[in-house]
Amino acid sequence: MISFQLDEEQELIRDSLEGFAREVLRPQARAIDEAGAIPDEILAQGWELGLVAATIPEEYGGSGGTRSPMTGAIMLEQLGGGCASLASAVMASSTFVNPLLDFGTDEQKRDYLPLFAGPEPHYASLALQESQFGFGADRLRTKAERRGNGWVLSGTKRLVPFGDRASHFLVLATGGEAIDAFIVPRDAKGLAIEPEAGTMGLKPLPTAKLSLDRVELPGGARLGGDNGIDAARLLNTLRVASAAIAVGISRTVTDFAIPYAKERVAFGEPIAKKQAIAFMLADMHIECDTMRLMVWKAASQLDQGADATRATVLAQDYVRRHAVKVADDGLQIFGGHGFIRDLPLEMWLRNTRTVTVLDGPAAV
Amino acid sequence: MIDFRISEADQHILDQVAAEGRAGEKYARHFEEHEHEPLPEAFPEAAEFEPLPRLLARRSKEDTPPATFQMLLSFARQSTNGVPLRNALRGGGGLGNAALRAAGTKEQIEKWGGLILAMSITEPGAGSDTKAIQSTARLDGEEWVLNGDKIFVTTGIRAQGVVVWATVDKSAGRAGIKSFLVMKGTQGFEIVRQEKKLGIRTSDTAAYAFRDCRVPRENLLGLDESVPREKGSASYRGVMKTFNMTRPGVASGGVAKALGAVGFARDALAEDGIKVDWQAGFHQRSATQQALIEMEADAEAASLTVLHAAWLADMGRPNNVESSVCKAKGGEVCRTVPQRAMELLGAMSVSHDHLVEKYLRDGRISDIYEGTGQIQRLIIARSILGYSSEELS
Repeated sequence: MISFQLDEEQELIRDSLEGFAREVLRPQARAIDEAGAIPDEILAQGWELGLVAATIPEEYGGSGGTRSPMTGAIMLEQLGGGCASLASAVMASSTFVNPLLDFGTDEQKRDYLPLFAGPEPHYASLALQESQFGFGADRLRTKAERRGNGWVLSGTKRLVPFGDRASHFLVLATGGEAIDAFIVPRDAKGLAIEPEAGTMGLKPLPTAKLSLDRVELPGGARLGGDNGIDAARLLNTLRVASAAIAVGISRTVTDFAIPYAKERVAFGEPIAKKQAIAFMLADMHIECDTMRLMVWKAASQLDQGADATRATVLAQDYVRRHAVKVADDGLQIFGGHGFIRDLPLEMWLRNTRTVTVLDGPAAV
Repeated sequence: MIDFRISEADQHILDQVAAEGRAGEKYARHFEEHEHEPLPEAFPEAAEFEPLPRLLARRSKEDTPPATFQMLLSFARQSTNGVPLRNALRGGGGLGNAALRAAGTKEQIEKWGGLILAMSITEPGAGSDTKAIQSTARLDGEEWVLNGDKIFVTTGIRAQGVVVWATVDKSAGRAGIKSFLVMKGTQGFEIVRQEKKLGIRTSDTAAYAFRDCRVPRENLLGLDESVPREKGSASYRGVMKTFNMTRPGVASGGVAKALGAVGFARDALAEDGIKVDWQAGFHQRSATQQALIEMEADAEAASLTVLHAAWLADMGRPNNVESSVCKAKGGEVCRTVPQRAMELLGAMSVSHDHLVEKYLRDGRISDIYEGTGQIQRLIIARSILGYSSEELS
């Protein structure tokens, strides 16, 4: 049955995060970006929202909420609209926790989930990206070899969020056919961690390069044990989440451009009264609405446990094309002011371009 | 709960409707070439399909709400190229009927509601800018006297009556525009011609002339004879309300043509060994596969905006902006997606052996009637900027 009705909990989350994004995140986003670091107290504030622990079962110390990519998309749109860097920071540990919830063995859940249920931020993240420009999850170069009961991992992972402080990484690697995920502690022998030189967008999000030189892991390090993981689902979830952040940024850009266009006078009238500008704003609004629906469709399929690959590929494709255009048009409306770093337009363009490529190109 | 699933029972209905549409495709080329030939009451194949009202009667009230389901029906039906196996236009089903229901009195609705009514607004010099309407209505005793020229009247040939917009006071601008019901055969009401069109050829389009055409005083819809001077008069809003309800419907037609074109291209190319592998990585895709994905994304995105606007109407929530959003998207994809489908299919796509070119020709109107894409953007821009139509035009 087709319905666009958020449930009560989702409405509550949307409204409370909308307030948090507007009052706490948005006013600081520019300064955080300029400083290139997220202050610990803001990270702590983000952690206090309990978003990571929300879906960890009570037996592991969490809040026991239902795991829902749909609710996640609603949250991330709001957070992304406030500050994409912080949204991504909050999401970072989820990229470790959620696959554990979805695919982890009981033992893996028991060993790792309680780490994230405490009041203090705890970091772990997914290591997906690799150095080559032709990267794709179907073309992983990080290799996993069986050795006895255990595994040996070799390869290089790039742009890994919170590489500087993560206790564990979920490293995607392949033994040939299937894609597997391995839990790698930061002190694993053969793992070298170096900070990255920096990134165009999500500047304050610390990222690292992981060099895995024959890292030996016990058999229990393979996520899901003998069953392995549904890599398509893992990646689809990640992509829908990134797309939701992009929609959030688009909405913020549009909302920011509207009052400016009404204020800025050229040739004797506000530029918003000129169709060239008014139609750009209308298109920005149209695409915000439309992108959101595409994200919702993919996210709701993930909630239903269906194969959401097609919907995710379509949503990712659609959001990539349109979110960047919205951010770019927003900047254009501000003219030279959009190019100056006093205003956040250039940041939103950088962040949109970044969140729409960070999750890897579409499909597995 | 956010949900995009279609129940098995509904899917069955949609499949039936699509199958009926496809069964009508064998007659499509004939009616392309014999544009003004009236469709028969029913084709022989109609007997093979259960009539829609019977299918709908079995729907559960707990399922997808009715206006939203109407959009799904429209996608299913109009994404085929079939001519209607049963003559679909019935009493009460014309655009003018919607206007009557919105602006008419109870007595007027009872009196004329069962007829096929066309809607006649556009003039040679006034389309989207309806306040520029030049046709006049003058009260003379117990009769209105209508004068003016009207064009682009959908179903203007088949309709039994027509709702005509005319001004009772040009100096009052939009507030002076009223709607009148004029029956076919009224003296002074002439059908000037039937238009020849790029597409939607089984839908007749007429041009009218009114020359001292007299209708009874009570044929003024809403019987509101006062001429309010302020903008936003009740009767004008009444008519705009019909647009508000019909925009998702019109958008659904454009979306359907996009869905049909991408479906045609997908199936035709698959037969030739070219198909999208959803699991394959980005770098494994050919340009054709990427194009198919983008077309599918665009058509699906537009379809979701249509469903959203209709669902809001189902819930009794305002959908003015959302209706324009979906109309703008429907208008966009009815142009871009069939064009691109033909680009992928190459020269054979223009051949009359196939119906794919019909998607482009039939879809194209969706970005024009019921408000062009530009008008939709004006409506959206005014809404998000808080501007009146005077402030942003």
